[in-house]
Amino acid sequence: MLESFFSRSISRRKFLKSTAATGAGLLAVPTILDVVFSDPAYAALPTELLDAETLEKLLSIAMSRGGDYAEVFVEYNVSNGVSMEENKIRQAEYGIDQGVGIRVLKGEQTGYAYSDELDFGKMKEAAEVASYIAGTAATGTHPTYNVSPRKAASMLKVQLDANEVAIREKSALLHRANETARAADSRVTQVNTSFYDNHRLIQVATTEDVLTSDRQSMVRLNVTAVVEENGDRQSGYSGGGGRVGFEHFKNYTPEDCAKEAVRMATTLLGAAEAPAGPQMAVLGNGWAGILLHEAIGHGLEADFNRKGTSLYSGRIGEKVASEHCTVIDEGTIPGGRGSIGCDDEGQPSQKNILIENGILRRYMNDKLNSTLMGMERTGSGRRQSFRHYPMPRMTNTYMLAGEYDPQEIIASVEKGFYAKSFGGGQVDISNGNFVFQVTEGYLIENGQVSRPVKGANLIGVGPKVLEKVDMVATDLVLDSGRGSCGKNGQFVPVGVGLPTCRISEITVGGTDVQGSGSMG
Amino acid sequence: MDYEKFAMQIVDKALRAGADEADVYLSHGRESEVTIRMGEIEVLKSAGSRGLGLRVFAGDRLGFVYTTDFTDAAIDEFVRRTLALSAETTVDEFNGLPKLEKSFTVPNLDLFDTKLAGIGTDWKIATAKKMEKTAMAFDKRITNSNGAGVYDGDGTTVLANSNGLVGSYSSTYCYLLCQPVAEDAEGKMQTNYWYTFRHFYDELDDPEQVARIAAQRCVQQLGAVKEKTRKCPVVFDPVVAAQLVGAIAGAVDGDAVFKRSTYLVDKLGEKIAGANVTIIDDPVQTRGLSSQPFDDEGVPTYKKAIIEKGVLKTYLYDTYTAKKAGTTTTGSAQRGFTSTPNIGTFNLYLEAGRHSREDIIKSVRDGFYVTQMLGFGLNLANGDYSRGASGLWIKDGELAYPVEEMTVASNMLDILNGIEMVGADLEFRDGTNSPTIKVAEMTVSGT
Repeated sequence: MLESFFSRSISRRKFLKSTAATGAGLLAVPTILDVVFSDPAYAALPTELLDAETLEKLLSIAMSRGGDYAEVFVEYNVSNGVSMEENKIRQAEYGIDQGVGIRVLKGEQTGYAYSDELDFGKMKEAAEVASYIAGTAATGTHPTYNVSPRKAASMLKVQLDANEVAIREKSALLHRANETARAADSRVTQVNTSFYDNHRLIQVATTEDVLTSDRQSMVRLNVTAVVEENGDRQSGYSGGGGRVGFEHFKNYTPEDCAKEAVRMATTLLGAAEAPAGPQMAVLGNGWAGILLHEAIGHGLEADFNRKGTSLYSGRIGEKVASEHCTVIDEGTIPGGRGSIGCDDEGQPSQKNILIENGILRRYMNDKLNSTLMGMERTGSGRRQSFRHYPMPRMTNTYMLAGEYDPQEIIASVEKGFYAKSFGGGQVDISNGNFVFQVTEGYLIENGQVSRPVKGANLIGVGPKVLEKVDMVATDLVLDSGRGSCGKNGQFVPVGVGLPTCRISEITVGGTDVQGSGSMG
Repeated sequence: MDYEKFAMQIVDKALRAGADEADVYLSHGRESEVTIRMGEIEVLKSAGSRGLGLRVFAGDRLGFVYTTDFTDAAIDEFVRRTLALSAETTVDEFNGLPKLEKSFTVPNLDLFDTKLAGIGTDWKIATAKKMEKTAMAFDKRITNSNGAGVYDGDGTTVLANSNGLVGSYSSTYCYLLCQPVAEDAEGKMQTNYWYTFRHFYDELDDPEQVARIAAQRCVQQLGAVKEKTRKCPVVFDPVVAAQLVGAIAGAVDGDAVFKRSTYLVDKLGEKIAGANVTIIDDPVQTRGLSSQPFDDEGVPTYKKAIIEKGVLKTYLYDTYTAKKAGTTTTGSAQRGFTSTPNIGTFNLYLEAGRHSREDIIKSVRDGFYVTQMLGFGLNLANGDYSRGASGLWIKDGELAYPVEEMTVASNMLDILNGIEMVGADLEFRDGTNSPTIKVAEMTVSGT
């Protein structure tokens, strides 16, 4: 039913403001949950953004100084949120961020301007500012465009649109998580929970006469628990969501989230020092895919490779990882946090095999870089908002499953480090140094997972570490839907996935020098 | 548009719609970007934007809405919706606006350069080109560039609330960035950057000097190796030392303290570092890069020591968390238009010590001089700290050779206690600043 968004061709009306009536007409509402359009806090999404005629005029103005290509990016971004702390619903919020970004390309050059005011005068001014990249003199010609509207194949997996769900239903999830967490362990001192849903409607009109629209919605549940015992304090986090509906939380329950956050926090109480130095390491499945995101993902974004500043530049066809590694970036997984119907340049998203059995196959590409490199677009041009120009970015990045049983991999390690939960990571593209943070780690002794240890970063160099991936398990899963990726100050939601895998050696940044066995 | 009047009108509308109290935080400004790469213009960007957040309290319940749509119809609808949202939250006696005992005059902190708007695109293009060219000429091993850029703009913050407060202040900024890439004979690359950031155009560092420092920071990493794992002294250069100082700011957040989720809970008044450690937050520094005459709830800001001669002097609060903790706000509320207030610092710095950088390096027989850090590795709850690091290895008091693919790890309480030497080289280059510091011992992980 969400496909009904943008189902009619774009009308001649400008940026229609939301009303409850237009939204309600589009929906067949399940009755189990409380979905109330008369809820005074409810606001429907608009059914249309800018009309084709306006977009065509803006393209013409943008090209009036002789650009090679121009695009108008329209965004209407609605956020709903509710948060709970100290057993109270602390805050309920709603927000709208809307605007238009206009880009003109000329060779390697980008002209960019935006407006958060949607009157034609302001948008025209932005188109003019962007046009100057091609030259200061008007060419005197006003090219005309005739954009054909198309709707991107939706990647939403939604039965019950979170924007249509009453706040008290969302609050009810928070109460359930809060109560479960507080009851789970007497050492719990604080529980914070929150629920956010966000609905991003975009339109991209280009001088290639394409007008693509997509709705990119996201839901997210967060639970943080703090525990304290004998002066030691730890916090545990669990949460997730994706481009899914409110029904997602029937299976991915707030109770499970709460128990997981408390389990993690209490496990870490009294944890021993983490080893320092090189270790054989086993990474648990799921969010450990942050390894791929940092170790090779960013390095395969086309802008760095066009400029020759990535250590993977000019290496397509070369072996850059062990034969166990097949790495994919796929924006077309329905419901995935990093999934998109089209990218922020209007290009349909797709599945890209980046590394096949260790061989580098493809960079992630956008309009500008694919044109300059003579390569195919891969649907990877993304941006944080209309205030930003697009860049090649990841979507959902994962490694294909291997043949080992996860237990078999752990049993193969005589002495090593087992990383189960992870925080964030970062990479230096040019020298390939990357880190990712283990928030829940254990020692492996004689093939058994033994004591928990304190958090530590793992550090390595992309190709060297991926060459050392020597066992890959069957248990590939994507993460729970919690990742945001930052690049040049722009954040976009992404997914990652990994089967349990073994790395024969990686440097663990703990504090226990003796435990590393690497003194000398 | 008279934004102060506009903000007051929205507050009035909220009161008429049934709010007991309300505040509007509004920001507007413009930004410009000129980037050059390999001698050619790469990006020209210019735009203005604005947004506002409306917070209402009704029956001790909190509702919040933000928008970039300033049309009358939209605003009326937002006001109505904010009240409706507040009805969905729990009564909380600590909710409410700050109560100021007396009115205050907004001090002029000299944050606005009237000359900046007159700086033309031609100058920006020429300056960015000059930086890149200087960096490329610095050393023949500088073979590539991630570009050089000039970023500037201005911003105005307007705050109005139902206690009669209305105020605003404006600031300009100008930022030059240079990002060269060096390559050794084996084709291994190192990239780094340097920048200068001021409110006033004529206070910027010499662009060619910025370029030379950026180039030097790249070239000095060529041929980096991995050192052996050990415990040893670690020296943080001012850039990375400032990141450590920032890690202390998060730990004195009154909300985290109240929730006992910070390693500095129960430490108020205690000695947590040596007498050489004084950390100041000064929001009212003239021309300070993060200066604000009032915080983002409209509370006048003031200079304060967070750690003074090693003693933890204060936690930081906004109005809500201060009420919960039974104390008064420290004027530390910060927000953008898309959020309600959080707690933060303004011009945060570690006071300069008496040691020269050279003396600090000379004091180390075998240790790590860190110039760059990677990743997130602070556990705020207990202070455990582990981050990726690169820089130079110190042998017998000299910077000997570059190292990378290493980590530094310890606990923040041990790091604070272990700050053995503080440099005299404090500069106010950014919002959070530090001189060079030496930590007596950390675990350095490598081979």
